[in-house]
Amino acid sequence: MDPLTWTGSIAFLNPLLGIALAIMVLSILVWILASIVLPEPQMTVNPDGTLTSGSGVRNFIQSMMRLSFLASVGLGVAYIVLGVLLGTGAGIIGAMSQQFLPVWVSLIILYAMSIAYKRRLGLYGKLFDSPIGMIGFGLVMFWVFTGIFGAMDLIVTHDPLSQVSGMKNKVPGTPLPASEDGAYAWYLLGGDNLARDVFSRMVKGAWIVVQIAPLATMFAFMIGITLGLPAGYYGGRLDTLLSFLANLILAFPVILLFYLLVTPEIVATGVPNYMAAILFVFPIIFLGVLLNSRYYTRPKFRTPLLIGVLGVAGWLYLSLISTGGYVIDTDDYRIWGLPTPLDLFDIPGGILVVFVSVVFVNSPTVFRIVRGLALDIKTRDYVAAAQTRGEGPWYIMLWEILPNARGPLIVDFCLRIGYTTILLGTLGFFGLGLPPESPDWGSTINEGRKLLSIYLHPALPPALALLSLVLGLNLLADGLREESLKD
Amino acid sequence: MLLTALCLTFLVFYLTNLYPNLEKLAKTQGNFRMSDEQVESFLEKGGYLQSTPVKYGEWLGVLPSYRHTNEDGTVQGRCILPGQTAEESPNFCGILQGYWGYSTVFKEEVSTVVGNRLALTGRLMFWVMLLMVPSALILGILAGMKEGSATDRTLSTFAITTTATPEYVSGVIFIAIFTSSAVGLKWFKGTATQAMENPTFENFFLPVLTIALYGMGYIARMTRASMTEVMTAQYIRTARLKGVSFPNIVMKHALRNALIAPFTVIMLQFPWLLNGVVIVETLFNYKGFGWALVQAAGNNDIQLLLAISVVSVFVVLVTQLISDIGYVYLNPRIRIS
Repeated sequence: MDPLTWTGSIAFLNPLLGIALAIMVLSILVWILASIVLPEPQMTVNPDGTLTSGSGVRNFIQSMMRLSFLASVGLGVAYIVLGVLLGTGAGIIGAMSQQFLPVWVSLIILYAMSIAYKRRLGLYGKLFDSPIGMIGFGLVMFWVFTGIFGAMDLIVTHDPLSQVSGMKNKVPGTPLPASEDGAYAWYLLGGDNLARDVFSRMVKGAWIVVQIAPLATMFAFMIGITLGLPAGYYGGRLDTLLSFLANLILAFPVILLFYLLVTPEIVATGVPNYMAAILFVFPIIFLGVLLNSRYYTRPKFRTPLLIGVLGVAGWLYLSLISTGGYVIDTDDYRIWGLPTPLDLFDIPGGILVVFVSVVFVNSPTVFRIVRGLALDIKTRDYVAAAQTRGEGPWYIMLWEILPNARGPLIVDFCLRIGYTTILLGTLGFFGLGLPPESPDWGSTINEGRKLLSIYLHPALPPALALLSLVLGLNLLADGLREESLKD
Repeated sequence: MLLTALCLTFLVFYLTNLYPNLEKLAKTQGNFRMSDEQVESFLEKGGYLQSTPVKYGEWLGVLPSYRHTNEDGTVQGRCILPGQTAEESPNFCGILQGYWGYSTVFKEEVSTVVGNRLALTGRLMFWVMLLMVPSALILGILAGMKEGSATDRTLSTFAITTTATPEYVSGVIFIAIFTSSAVGLKWFKGTATQAMENPTFENFFLPVLTIALYGMGYIARMTRASMTEVMTAQYIRTARLKGVSFPNIVMKHALRNALIAPFTVIMLQFPWLLNGVVIVETLFNYKGFGWALVQAAGNNDIQLLLAISVVSVFVVLVTQLISDIGYVYLNPRIRIS
């Protein structure tokens, strides 16, 4: 087998893309300079009532910018389409786009469906009116689909943990020395320090982020909302106490907190299990209060609903916090948990402690945001109306204040998933929590950086992957903010 | 504020004094093959086996510190420094007496360790601020002058990209591009170890740039938001209608009001920069405050960790205070009422 080049037979596109990108960068720079230096275009009113703007230089630069941008995007799409068709014939890029084929298909289906039905989809549909939001959403969904399909072993070319002798630190596109039948014949993005496939590790790493980050953010939001709403609504001593606690956690440097919480020694004492047991109660309280406050006037409907929902939530809670039949299992003492046959899933101690500490770090900020929103909204007329109707405080908080605070909260949710992704990467970067051979992006960057001056390829793919995912989330949040402001 | 500091240090104290952590400390101080009894006796000698509140009181200096009489009759204790006898050493030694303890990793007094490291980090931060604040403000003001223009779009995209790039990603990318032999530019040095004695542009610029970029995007976006808000205000419209030139409007009318919000943001950025400092100092091997934090936490150096958390909490609280005071000073509406 020959080693693959980057673009293979579609190399004729490279100079074109180079020219298009150069023109785009140049025109953007000229545009910025021109908009500072040149006078504003003079609008002249024609006799027939139409407007013409004067300055031809500006229009020229602007059209150059638009054309070169379109050309670059078109060329990028051409790379992918040709790559899917030609496969390894089109070099590493072609082979990678072919591996990502399920992701492209799902993205196209998702976009086609969403754009077709966008008027019926509320805020989500409006996202497709803003180009920035669409780009962001595309980036995010790309990694989400990559994570899901990667977990189903569709995209990966090799096992992320297996080592192939002779592939240590090999450059991208190196063929395997002795390829067996059915195995993929190349390391598309090269081999890392331990002769593992960089491409497969990057894809598998996406699954870890896609699993943990949104879930951890959701838990942080439930905790922040359950505590922040009463703090803002009631005020007084409760508010003082909770705000003090939140500020206490916020005054901690995050990394010091991680170093104190996420070490094997602390896991051995069972502290994370206690914290998990406390923190994960909040979603149940949230659900219970949410449903009870709404339906308590109809006990016949409320009681079975609450029993059902809380039963399922309680079961999930118990199977979440108990491992191997125990909630806490240290050398000194044990606390009984759910018996093993009923236990739905086990979370390894390393993942649990990462999850708990990320939730713990994020929830005070959410608390402060929710509290501020509640303070603002509780003075509105509709809250006063609900109070006059004699609604309970929890009904007002959860069904009057919370829905009206949803705009900023949704935007912050997107931003916070990005921030959680960064935190997960930080943990991996310092080698905390997750096992050292795990393919998550932070650990891979940390491993790759040690040889960075000689071999670039092990560290750069996960770094760029993390960058694009967080960028996508930020752009998505920006698009959502723009669209929700338009209402 | 004092209460916050007390609570936080107690929390750190509690977590570092959990038994598995003490065991790790004993094993890194003694040797890794100590039996359980040896660990026990080591901890007993150092006074680590008292109850946590008592030890915390000793660290604060409100309780007389622990002393252990060895078999041969010599007395050792926290307050007895090498070369002192038990009689001449004071009974109380804690931070109230100005004694910060002895670092078990660096084999030095904590106060000297923290002082030296802080000086190094201070130099890093000074250059970061010098690079970050002006460029962020210029970016934000240029973007906010005309909302929705191409300049605004480009600069905002740039700002979003930098906020989406954590230090360990941008640092790795910079090292890859500018220092590695694979790309071949080799403009800068990949480590900043030499910069501790002899900072030059070549070995110091990359760490500074890495920290500054991450914080810059956020400040620029805040500046842009506040600038766009000011530019839509009534008095700006009046000035335009009077025929004041556009540069004059921006420089004389809008700027002062637009800078109130970013000031608070810049002050509140300090705690975040601390995170960046830890990552960048590890990445570039610059042995400052953040590097010391990693070393202390990795080896469970209790005294040093406590001192570090005191310093960082102090930084956080002081910057909050400054931002509140500065806000009042800058905003005439609050000052006069």
